[in-house]
Amino acid sequence: MDIILKTEHINKYFLEPTKLQALKDINMELERGEFVSIMGKSGSGKSTLLYILSTMDTNYEGDLYLDGKKMSHLSKNELARIRSEKIGFVFQFHYLLPEFSVLKNVMLPALKLGIESDSVIKKRAMETLDMLDIADQAHKKAYRISGGQKQRTSIARALINKPKIIMGDEPTGNLDSKNADKVFDIFKTLSKEKGLSLLVVTHDHDFAKRTDRIIELEDGRII
Amino acid sequence: MNSFRLILDISKTHLLSKIKQTVVAALGVTFGISTFIILMSFMTGLNDLLDGLVLNRTPHIQLYNKIEPSEIQPIDSDEEYADELTFIHSVKPKIKLERIHNALPLLSELRKNKKVLGATPQTTVKVFYLAGSNKLNGVLNGIELQEEIRLFNFKDYIVKGDANSLLKRKNSILLGSGIADKLSLDIGDKIQVMSTNGSFHDLVIGGIYQSGLAEVDDVQSFVSISMAQKIMGVGNNYISRIHVKLNDIEDAVPMAKTIESLYDVSALDIKQANAQFDTGSDIRNLISYAVSITLLIVSGFGIYNILNMFIYEKMNDIAILKATGFTGKDVMFIFISQALIIGFFGGLLGIGIGYAVSAFIDTIPFVTEALPTIKTYPINYNINFYISGVVFALVSTFLAGFLPAKKAQHIDPVEIIRGQ
Repeated sequence: MDIILKTEHINKYFLEPTKLQALKDINMELERGEFVSIMGKSGSGKSTLLYILSTMDTNYEGDLYLDGKKMSHLSKNELARIRSEKIGFVFQFHYLLPEFSVLKNVMLPALKLGIESDSVIKKRAMETLDMLDIADQAHKKAYRISGGQKQRTSIARALINKPKIIMGDEPTGNLDSKNADKVFDIFKTLSKEKGLSLLVVTHDHDFAKRTDRIIELEDGRII
Repeated sequence: MNSFRLILDISKTHLLSKIKQTVVAALGVTFGISTFIILMSFMTGLNDLLDGLVLNRTPHIQLYNKIEPSEIQPIDSDEEYADELTFIHSVKPKIKLERIHNALPLLSELRKNKKVLGATPQTTVKVFYLAGSNKLNGVLNGIELQEEIRLFNFKDYIVKGDANSLLKRKNSILLGSGIADKLSLDIGDKIQVMSTNGSFHDLVIGGIYQSGLAEVDDVQSFVSISMAQKIMGVGNNYISRIHVKLNDIEDAVPMAKTIESLYDVSALDIKQANAQFDTGSDIRNLISYAVSITLLIVSGFGIYNILNMFIYEKMNDIAILKATGFTGKDVMFIFISQALIIGFFGGLLGIGIGYAVSAFIDTIPFVTEALPTIKTYPINYNINFYISGVVFALVSTFLAGFLPAKKAQHIDPVEIIRGQ
């Protein structure tokens, strides 16, 4: 068993407007190559959990291990680096930088990481876009392409640094069923062929049913 | 691509995609800097002109014999009255020659002094100008022409003819413009002068002198010092005034005191001679600095506003950048670099426009009777205004960008992304 992500006794409180426990004693694991969906009603804490798992939210109790390394109590800068190396994100909204070209949007995280040369990054970005069938849009500005293309661009961006794990917050929430299927197929391929772990928050039952495992949350607890 | 270039690249894309806003922000800087430069160039140009008007022709120290009653009267020396309070009515000054005692050795001593840029002797003669039956009283100043030109820009005041005629012809005169008008005389004409001792001398007009002060131009003319001595009928050691110009004007006061204590002569320093002038010049400078600094601060606030808006609009971008691995510092540098780019180009354009407008003002005619050498409005092209303009543009945009950028650094991406 190869565990990529693990939590131990994670609790999360919101202090505003009144003190509220959003997550209660979360213990979960994610294996390498596993495609897991997190489901739950709104307010069940599923997005809150995802942002903690993604290391973006550091204000919680308990321990988080990513790729065997303890994440809790690392500095913001260290976390930013780990995020860009190991985690790829896909949001409900595409969250591309509208004034940059599709290609540039995909390249940016790798350029920031600064490990490889520009040309290598560019080549891989083009390959990724090609794999996702949007290579022909590469030089358009991000605000000029369609919703489905935007979401695929953001998947390409999530993949550019060869992450160990992809996290999605309702990645198909804003897409019609045809595009949603396409995104699901892409995720499935990534998990089966490339051995990537996927963790996707969704309330789309059809989507969740087809994943390897469903983690269901209710009132901040795993059921 | 290193991190610095990547940040610049992102800034560039941001700035270019919102080109209108960028241009407006940069123009805010441009406006502030160019008005600063125009104002300072013009104000200090005017100030320098007025300063020059007085300082260039005023000697730093004037040496002459003052006619005044003796401080110690004979009765003061009498021991019998030592304890008494004495009054003397109607005290008259002792007869004293107008000439400076031992002028030539004094002059050569002064010229040897390292603090002294130069010293020129003058011999003043009171005369009547005669032309036909007209008789006008006036003053002839005997001067050493070359030193006067070197030290006091004498040539600037010769509006017609040639100052050097004094060297070419012994009996040449540079006639005051007022006298020339009154007697309707011009260059090449002859004029007869009568000295107070009754001798007549024929002089040839080599040039017209105009100081801009009517009361001076109506009486004063210039001849060579030997001619003045000849008219007076005295020897070449008769010198009535010595004008001293120093390397540093600040030395004038102590130097005048030293000379007075060492030699039997009165010394008037420029501070004493032009006390009110200094004050006026200081206040004018103060006002121009106050106005320019106000302008720069106002434009600084404009830049702050625009950058602040810029960053509010870019909240999403900030969150995305942070979610994809950029640190708070990176985001801060992105916005600070944008501010500095705006400041740099705005400032550059500002000094360009500032220079252009100054140069234009420089060509506007400004003719006044009082200032014979001035033809257009004076402009001071001091490089320091341009340097401080650019420095201020960078500093103010940096400060204006720093606070919003600091805010951007601490934006929590989760809050933005979840808030949608």
